[in-house]
Amino acid sequence: MPKRTDIQSVLVIGSGPIVIGQAAEFDYSGTQACRVLKAEGLRVVLVNSNPATIMTDPEIADATYVEPITPEFVERIIAKERPDALLPTLGGQTALNAAISLHDAGTLAEYGVELIGANVAAINKGEDRDQFKEVVAAVADRIGHGESARSYICHSMDDVLKGVEELGGYPVVVRPSFTMGGAGSGFAHDEEELRRIAGQGLTLSPTTEVLLEESILGWKEYELELMRDRNDNVVVVCSIENFDPMGVHTGDSITVAPAMTLTDREYQVLRDIGIEVIREVGVDTGGCNIQFAVNPADGRVVVIEMNPRVSRSSALASKATGFPIAKIAAKLAVGYTLDEIPNDITGETPASFEPTLDYVVVKAPRFAFEKFPAADSTLTTTMKSVGEAMAIGRNFPEALNKALRSLEKRGSQFDFTAGGKSDPALAAELLEEARRPTDGRVQAVMGAIRAGATPEQIFEATHIDPWFTDQMFLIKEIADELAAAPELQPALLAEAKRYGFSDAQIGQIRLLREDVVREVRHALGVRPVYKTVDTCAAEFAARTPYFYSSYDEETEVAPREKPAVIILGSGPNRIGQGIEFDYSCVHASFALHEAGYETVMVNCNPETVSTDYDTSDRLYFEPLTLEDVLEIVHAEQQAGPVAGVVVQLGGQTPLGLAQGLKDNGVPIVGTSPEAIELAEERGAFGRVLADAGLPAPKYGTAFSFEEAKRIAAQITYPVMVRPSYVLGGRGMEIVYDENALAEYLERHAGLIEQHPVLIDRFLDDAIEIDVDALYDGHELYLGGVMEHIEEAGIHSGDSACALPPITLGGYDIKRLRTSTEGIAAGVGVRGLINIQFALSGDILYVLEANPRASRTVPFTSKATAVPLAKAAARISLGATIAELRAEGLLPESGDGGDLPMDAPISVKEAVLPWNRFRDVHGHGVDTVLGPEMRSTGEVMGIDAVFGTAYAKSQAAAYGALPHKGRAFVSVANRDKRALIFPARELVAMGFELLATSGTAEVLRRNGIETTVVRKHGQGEGPQGEKTIVQLIHDGDVDLIVNTPYGTGGRLDGYDIRTAAVARAVPCLTTVQALAAAVQGIEALTRGEVGVRSLQEHAEQLTSARAL
Amino acid sequence: MTTSTRGAGKAPAVLVLEDGRSFRGRAYGALGETFGEAVFSTGMTGYQETLTDPSYHRQVVVMTAPHVGNTGVNDEDRESDRIWVSGYVVRDPARTPSSWRATRSLDEELCAQGVVGISGVDTRALTRHLRERGAMRVGIFSGPAVADVELLLARVREEPAMSGRALADEVATTEAYTVPAQGTKRFTVAAVDLGIKGMTPQRMAERGIEVHVLPADASLEEVYAVDPDGVFFSNGPGDPSATDHPVELMRGVLERGTPLFGICLGNQMLGRALGFGTFKLKYGHRGINQPVQDRATGKVEVTAHNHGFAVDAPLGAPSDTPYGRAEVSHVCLNDDVVEGLRLLDRPAFSVQYHPEAAAGPHDAAYLFDRFVSLMEGQRA
Repeated sequence: MPKRTDIQSVLVIGSGPIVIGQAAEFDYSGTQACRVLKAEGLRVVLVNSNPATIMTDPEIADATYVEPITPEFVERIIAKERPDALLPTLGGQTALNAAISLHDAGTLAEYGVELIGANVAAINKGEDRDQFKEVVAAVADRIGHGESARSYICHSMDDVLKGVEELGGYPVVVRPSFTMGGAGSGFAHDEEELRRIAGQGLTLSPTTEVLLEESILGWKEYELELMRDRNDNVVVVCSIENFDPMGVHTGDSITVAPAMTLTDREYQVLRDIGIEVIREVGVDTGGCNIQFAVNPADGRVVVIEMNPRVSRSSALASKATGFPIAKIAAKLAVGYTLDEIPNDITGETPASFEPTLDYVVVKAPRFAFEKFPAADSTLTTTMKSVGEAMAIGRNFPEALNKALRSLEKRGSQFDFTAGGKSDPALAAELLEEARRPTDGRVQAVMGAIRAGATPEQIFEATHIDPWFTDQMFLIKEIADELAAAPELQPALLAEAKRYGFSDAQIGQIRLLREDVVREVRHALGVRPVYKTVDTCAAEFAARTPYFYSSYDEETEVAPREKPAVIILGSGPNRIGQGIEFDYSCVHASFALHEAGYETVMVNCNPETVSTDYDTSDRLYFEPLTLEDVLEIVHAEQQAGPVAGVVVQLGGQTPLGLAQGLKDNGVPIVGTSPEAIELAEERGAFGRVLADAGLPAPKYGTAFSFEEAKRIAAQITYPVMVRPSYVLGGRGMEIVYDENALAEYLERHAGLIEQHPVLIDRFLDDAIEIDVDALYDGHELYLGGVMEHIEEAGIHSGDSACALPPITLGGYDIKRLRTSTEGIAAGVGVRGLINIQFALSGDILYVLEANPRASRTVPFTSKATAVPLAKAAARISLGATIAELRAEGLLPESGDGGDLPMDAPISVKEAVLPWNRFRDVHGHGVDTVLGPEMRSTGEVMGIDAVFGTAYAKSQAAAYGALPHKGRAFVSVANRDKRALIFPARELVAMGFELLATSGTAEVLRRNGIETTVVRKHGQGEGPQGEKTIVQLIHDGDVDLIVNTPYGTGGRLDGYDIRTAAVARAVPCLTTVQALAAAVQGIEALTRGEVGVRSLQEHAEQLTSARAL
Repeated sequence: MTTSTRGAGKAPAVLVLEDGRSFRGRAYGALGETFGEAVFSTGMTGYQETLTDPSYHRQVVVMTAPHVGNTGVNDEDRESDRIWVSGYVVRDPARTPSSWRATRSLDEELCAQGVVGISGVDTRALTRHLRERGAMRVGIFSGPAVADVELLLARVREEPAMSGRALADEVATTEAYTVPAQGTKRFTVAAVDLGIKGMTPQRMAERGIEVHVLPADASLEEVYAVDPDGVFFSNGPGDPSATDHPVELMRGVLERGTPLFGICLGNQMLGRALGFGTFKLKYGHRGINQPVQDRATGKVEVTAHNHGFAVDAPLGAPSDTPYGRAEVSHVCLNDDVVEGLRLLDRPAFSVQYHPEAAAGPHDAAYLFDRFVSLMEGQRA
C-alpha cells in the first residue's frame, strides 16, 4: 500500500520542555518524523515550545511554531495553517494529551483535521486503565495467555479505601491515569501512605482517576517494542529486560536488550500477547510499547501497561537495534506498509523484520538527588532519573561496566579498591541497603558480593535475576584475579578488558596510574576493535557506520579519504547539562559535513539526535572518558586523516577531556585546552580581566575554613560560595554570615576535598546578563544579549531571560560588546564563548566566562535566526567570521547585539521538577530558586512585546497565567517595596488580593485593598476560616506570589509553595517574576495573542537587517 | 588475545575453517574433535530447540547471540530426543542457568551428549566470514585434539562437503509411531519423517489430527496403509538434490490427489516432484526473524528459518507441471528466495520455513489451518 495521496500537510506536536519522564528522546523521534514527512513532500507544521531542540530548527519543518502546547495555542496554529492531518504519537504524553483535548473540544472536526498514527479510541484503550484491562482480557480469551494484575479503579478517596479491602490489603500500587512518566504513582504500605499517594494521584490525573493494583513487586520485568502497519503486519523491534525487578519505574531501572533470561517459549508468549494487544487496542499504524511482569517462580505473565505512541523506550530500542522506530512510524502514518520501507542499515532488506542483536545493550539511569537533598532517593514507580546512558558490549558485563562509566558520576562505577575480604557484617549491611532500590543499588550489590554475600542472599534481598547476579560475580572474580596476580599478564589484562574494566579501574586495583595501564596495554597490543550495529547480527552487510567497541578479534572500521572531525557529545542528560549541548553538537556535525569533512560523533546518550545513525558520517556509541575517546581517535587515525577533535560544544564533559587528549597528542580544534584553563582557573581569569580593565566582584579561593572565613570577611557578607570546577552551580549557595559559612563547609566536605572553594561577593539587586558570542581571533560576533528576569544570585539556568534585553540601552550593549571582546581575545577563544555579567549600581561586573557552547546557544540562535553552533564549528576549523558572513552562514552585517528596534522579544523560561520529588516523609520538596541549578528544561515564548512573550513562556512552562481571580501575596521584607506597584496592577486588572497579616499591612497602607488570610501555622480559625494552605488545596487561589525569607532551612513559605506545586497553581518566587507576570497578564487581557512561525520570525529579522 | 579464561579448567580449543581461517577459544561441552558444515544462526532465543533440530545434522552451528545457555536446559523444549548439531560455537556461555523450568545447564547437557563446542571466539567475525565466503566445512578441536592448525586444516578438508549428501535417513525414525489427536480426532495424517521436529505433529495434534509418523523410506503402500486424509513431508537435513526417495513418494501422493503439506526439506521435495531444481544458498537462512510475504494476501509474516538449499522456481506467472499449475506462494523479502509452493489444481502446498516455529514466532501457524482446510475440502 503506497503513500496516501489525500494528505498534503501534517501538524506534528512536540513534547515541550524537558521534564523528568519526557526528555530528549522526543526531540530525536520528532526530528526523525518531521524529516521523513518533509522528504515525502508533505508540508510539515510543527509546534513545540522547547527551543533547545533540533526539531524546532527552521529547516526541519516548513512552519515551526515555538508556542505553548496548549489546546488554545494549537488551535490558533490549526486555524492559521489548516493542516490535513495531525500526528500526535511522536511528542510523548504532552502531544497525545493535546491531541485528545483538541479532539474532545471538537477542534479537529471543526477544521477537518484527521488524527493519524493513532485514533482516539486506540489512545483511550491504551491509556485508560479500565479499558486496557478489557483489552488484556479479550486477548487472553483469544490466545489463552496474559492477564492484568488484579486491580480496582477509583475516582474518590472512598473508592480507594474500599479498593484496598477488595485486593486483600497492603501493599498496593497506586497509579493515576493519563500522567506521564508514572507521575504520582507509588506503593502504599499503609493507610497514611495510601491517602497521600492516592490523594495526589486523583489531583494529577486529568480524569480524576487512580488505579489500585495487587503488588507484583520483585517479578521479572520486560518490555516489547512493536510496530504495526495498516496491512496488519506487526513486528517486534526489540525486547528489553529490566535488571531491576518490578517495583522500580522502567525509566529508573538498569535495563538490558535483548531479554536475557527467557526461553523461546516464554518469549514467544510475550510476543503473541504483544501482537494481539496492539491489534485489540487498534493502533493502526505506528509503534507502541508493552510492559510485562513475569513471576520468576512459575512464569505467570501479567501485562502491565502499553503506550500507544513512540516513547523513551522506543528511542532506546531504536538506538539499541538500529531500527529507527520514529522514522518508520511516520512513514506508516502516511500510508506505507512495513514491507515497502527499506531497512536503511542494510539498504537491501525491508523494515518488515525483527532486528536480531549480536551484542548486549545496557541502559543505566542518571539521577540528580544531589540537587534535591531533601528528596527521598528510594526508587518507586514514579520516575525520578533525569537522564540515561546506554552502552553496547559483546557481553553483559562489558556493556554494564561501560554504561556505569558513561554515567560520569563519582561512585557510579564498581569500586574494587577497598574491602574485598569476606565480612559477614558488611555483607549483611549492604544486603539491607540493596533491599531498598536506590540509585546506588547495583554498587551495593557488588559490595555485598565482595563482602561474601551468596547468590541466594542477593536474590532474597533484591529479586534481581540470578543470571544477572552471576554476571556480577563474574566481574568480581576478575577484579580478584587482577588484584591477586603477581604481575599484569597479557591474557589477564585482555580478559579484564573483555569484561569491560576501564584502564582506570584496572589501575586502581593494581595501584597503577591509568596512563601507565594504558601504556602497558598498548605495548601488549591489547586494543579494542569496533563492531557495527546492523540490525541483523551480520547476516547482511551494513551500510551505516554505527560502531561500538569491544575487545574482540576483528574491527569493522573502514578506511576513508576525507579528513575527519571527531565531535564529542555531552553524555547523559543531567541538570545543568542537557539537550542544549546535544543541539550544538548536531549543528556542528551538519555544518562540518557540509564543509567537506567526515564527521564522527561520539556520545552515549540514547535519547539524543546526535546518536541517530544518520546525523553524522560515523557514530561511535561509546562512553565519554579519556580512555574510550583516545581509542576512537586511534581507530579513526588508522582509518584516515583526522583534522581534530571538537570539545567545546558538548558542555563540561568533553571540555574536561580536552587537556588529557592534548597531552596524548590529539589535535583539539577551536579554543585550546590552555585557553579553557585560563577561563576556568580563577587566578588566571582574574589576570585576563585585569588586563582587559574589567571589574569582577571581589572573590577568593579557600582551601580551609580559616582561609574561607578570612576571605569572606574581607569581601563582606553576603557571599556566594561554591566548589571550583562544577557545572550547573552544583553546591553553590549564598551565605549571609560566618555560622552559615561554617555549616556550608561542613555539608560539602566531600566536594571540597577535591577542589578548593570559591568565594564571591554576592551582588544584591543586580541585573544579570548572559552573552553568547563568537570569536575568531580577530573579530567578535555578539550572538545575543539576554537580560535575566530574576536578579543575580539565581542560577542563570533557572532564571527566565529576555532577548533582546528589555531594559538595557545602547550604551550598555556597547559596554558588553567591548568587555566580551576583551575577554574572548584575552582567553584566546576560537569559537563560542558565554559570559555572565552583573549590572549593579552602573558597574558591569564579570561573573564568569565559559569558552564553550552554553546552554543558551539554541535559544539565542532561534531568537536571532542565526545558527551560532554551526558558525562556531566552522571557526574551530579555521573559518573566519568574515568568511562566514560572506558565505551567508552569518548575517552580512550587524550581529545579535544590534537587533532592530521592532525585533520581537523572545523569553526563555526554565522548567523545574518540583512535583517529582518528595522527602522521606512523603512531603514535597521546597521550590525556592537559588544559585544551584535545578531546572530540567526550558521553553521559549516569542511575541512582539515582552508581556505577551513572557505570558507565552509561562503558559508553555507551567500552564497559563490566570486572567482574573484570587492572588495570594506574601513576600520577604526586602521585597515589600517592589511589591507595591505590581500588586496595584493586579487589583486594577480585577484580582482579589489575599495576604498574610504582615504583607497585607504594607499593601493596605499603600491603599491597596487586601484580604487577610490565616497563616499555615495559625491553623484553622474559630469560625472555620481556612489557612492559606487549605485555600490553595481547595482550589480557591489562582496565583501565588511567595518570595522566600532568607535562605536555607524550612521556612514559612514552604507549605505554601509545595501546596502550589501539588495543585499546579502558578507560583512566583521573585518580585521580578511578578512584575513580568503582571505585564503578561495585562497582555493576555488586552486581547488576541497571535502565533508566528520561526520562519516568519527569521524573515522579519532578515529583512529588517537588510534595511 | 580474545581467549577467555572464564570457566577455569576449560581446555583450549581451536576452530579451523576449510579456507584456512582459524579461531582460538576454549572448550565448550565435550572435549575432542568434530567436523561439519559451518553455518550461523541468528536467533536470540531457542538454543535448545536449535540444538535438537534434526535439520542441523552434520552442521556446526555458530550462534550470533553472544550469551548462550542463560536459561539452561529443560525437558519440554527439545525438538527431538537428542542434540543433532555436530558442533557448537558460542561467545559467552552461561555459568549459571536461570529459569524456573531449567533442570540442568547447557554445558552439562553438551558434555552428556558428547557434543564438542568452542567458546570465547569472535562469533561476529566468523559470521561475517561465512556470509562473505559462504557456508563451508569446519572442524572444532579441543583439549587433547588441539594440534598444529595446518594438520587440522588437512583433516577438515578430508571431510565430505554438504552438497550431494542425502542425510534424512540418518536422522529419521526407523519405526513408525503415532501422535494422537488432542480432543476429538478429525483427521488422520501420514507424516513422512525426513528429520521431523517434535513441534510439527504437536501443532497438527492440537487441530484434531492423528499423526502417523513414518520412516523416511516409507513406501507409498505404507503411507496409504494408515488411510490418511492428508500426507505431510517434514523438514530434514542434507542436499535435496541428492534426496530422491521422498520425491518419488510424493509423486505417488500427488497422483492420487491426497491433500499434501510439506515443510522445509518437504518443500524442496515438492519442488523437485513438480520438476523444479534446487540449489545451495551461499550461507542459507537460519534465524527466527525472517520476513516472508504471502503473495496472495501481501501480508508479511516473521518466520523461523533453517535452510541451506532452496527451490529454483519462477516468481512470475504459474508454471505448468505434471500435476497442473504451480505457483510460488511465499517469498523471502530479504533476498527473494522461494519460501513456498502451491498447486492450483491439486490440494498440495509447502513452505520452506517453519510454521511450527520452535524456536521462533507463531505468525505462520495458520498454515496448519490451511492444511486442515484442504483436508476438509477433500471430504466435502
